[in-house]
Amino acid sequence: MNTVADPLRASAATALPAADDFPILARPVHGRRLAYLDNGATTQKPNAVIEAEARFYRESNANIHRGVHWLSQHATELYDAARVTVQRFIGAARADEIVFTRGTTEAINLVANTWGRKTLKAGDEILITTLEHHSNIVPWQMLCEQTGAVLKVAPVNDAGEVEQDGFDALLGERTRLVAITHVSNALGTVNPVARMVERAHAVGAVVLVDGAQAVAHQAVDVQALGCDFYVFSGHKLYGPTGIGALYGRARLLAEMPPWHGGGDMIRTVSFERSTYAEAPQRFEAGTPNIAGAVGLAAAIDYVQGLGMDTIVAHEHALLEHATAALTAIPGLRMVGTAADKIGILSFVIEHIHPHDLGTILDSEGVAIRAGHHCAMPLMTRFGIPGTARASLAVYNNETDIAALVAAIEKAQTLFGTRPKR
Amino acid sequence: MNTMDGNLRELYQEVIFDHNRQPRNFHDMPEADRHADGHNPLCGDQLTVYLRVKDDMIEDVSFVGHGCAISTASASLMTEAVKGKTVAEVEALFKDFHALLTDIPPERDFGKLAVLTGVREFPARVKCATLAWHTLHNALIGEHTPAQTE
Repeated sequence: MNTVADPLRASAATALPAADDFPILARPVHGRRLAYLDNGATTQKPNAVIEAEARFYRESNANIHRGVHWLSQHATELYDAARVTVQRFIGAARADEIVFTRGTTEAINLVANTWGRKTLKAGDEILITTLEHHSNIVPWQMLCEQTGAVLKVAPVNDAGEVEQDGFDALLGERTRLVAITHVSNALGTVNPVARMVERAHAVGAVVLVDGAQAVAHQAVDVQALGCDFYVFSGHKLYGPTGIGALYGRARLLAEMPPWHGGGDMIRTVSFERSTYAEAPQRFEAGTPNIAGAVGLAAAIDYVQGLGMDTIVAHEHALLEHATAALTAIPGLRMVGTAADKIGILSFVIEHIHPHDLGTILDSEGVAIRAGHHCAMPLMTRFGIPGTARASLAVYNNETDIAALVAAIEKAQTLFGTRPKR
Repeated sequence: MNTMDGNLRELYQEVIFDHNRQPRNFHDMPEADRHADGHNPLCGDQLTVYLRVKDDMIEDVSFVGHGCAISTASASLMTEAVKGKTVAEVEALFKDFHALLTDIPPERDFGKLAVLTGVREFPARVKCATLAWHTLHNALIGEHTPAQTE
């Protein structure tokens, strides 16, 4: 997708009629029109998703992979079809390379506790980047404590881009795993994942990509990226909370021991010994989030119905517009100015702490995130305790950005720090 | 002016801005006989409270750190409020101040601390206003793990 700035695209930013599909956007907050700009935390849900999950409970609910009765078979078909929808959405070669999880965090922990504990030895190295969310740091730190492996961290430059020379320099024959985010949740930076995967594979490392902030905002093809694991959450993709997916190469999943034990992940059980099912069932112990998987498939259908090219064009045009509008505010400094970024605007404002700003914006119906965005080491890198973050989605438009700008100016007026334009 | 605007002005009173811009007793204290750290992991606010206690009385108190306007102003106002009080008086004041923000406010004169009453309408910000107090409490009881809030 060509994402070069094009003023004509600005019209695309208001063209997408998606807001009508999201009932929550019609509810006022503190008596104001809601400008929901906290999509990096979670996206709102379109009617199609809300209805799909409700319809499942109204018409199709039963446990899967168990009953011989009709409803159970019907629910199983829906669940299996959702897996195929996810497979196609991220370009996986096979449906059994998709494991349903509670979300990104659980998917990363699954890889750490199965592939990681089986593979890593003392002195082995895991390479991550300074951009990572805590969920792509802490599971690896825990794995290092358990195995004696060592965590290495690739640096970022002042724009918030991973320094590729620094990344390459940290790759070596001891590197077993490279775990990198596709898109930074705090800054919006898009990592050159295909390039990083290629370098990592050159030293024989396995690569996990955290796609939590990517899948809703750009086309993802795991085979084109070349990664070995790809993880994401449904709720940042207009889907329900509590459902997400792990993509793993069939060869790797086949070698991985189970993590959670229980029903549905076994082949045979006796008190002497149990044998385990093949992937993906081996990693889906217990009754899964069936309605969630159905809702996630509906979310993917919704996104594909809008068209990923349309979404990318809309959000990119709005990002350009919002960046220009925010940088025109005196006393505002953008944090994260990568050449390649998606719709996340992180910023600090002179003399106003992000939390105070968040409260004042909220009073105007503008919902943003304030704080460290679960990326404390990244904030430390930039020498700030946190930022205010506005993150875009398909339903946002220039009215939301105007509300954001007006609310920031109100905060500056209230704090008596509004500089002369 | 709608309710929310009114609430916002109650929260951000001039006294809060004043104490945020120029926090009182904002320095470290090499001669302190007690100190404790406070940290709000969810928002990243961090501070250290220093104390000099003599004959069960707060002889001197100071703080350093960084946080939002509410947390900085609350810490500053706290240092003014507790200086010269006995340890028991300070603990009782903390209990009453906490109730002022979260519960049925007790009948008492809160002095300047009353400007923080507006926090009641912003449950997400209570932790900002109480961090310094939790930290002070930890310093008084000699607790060395960093204080957190509700």
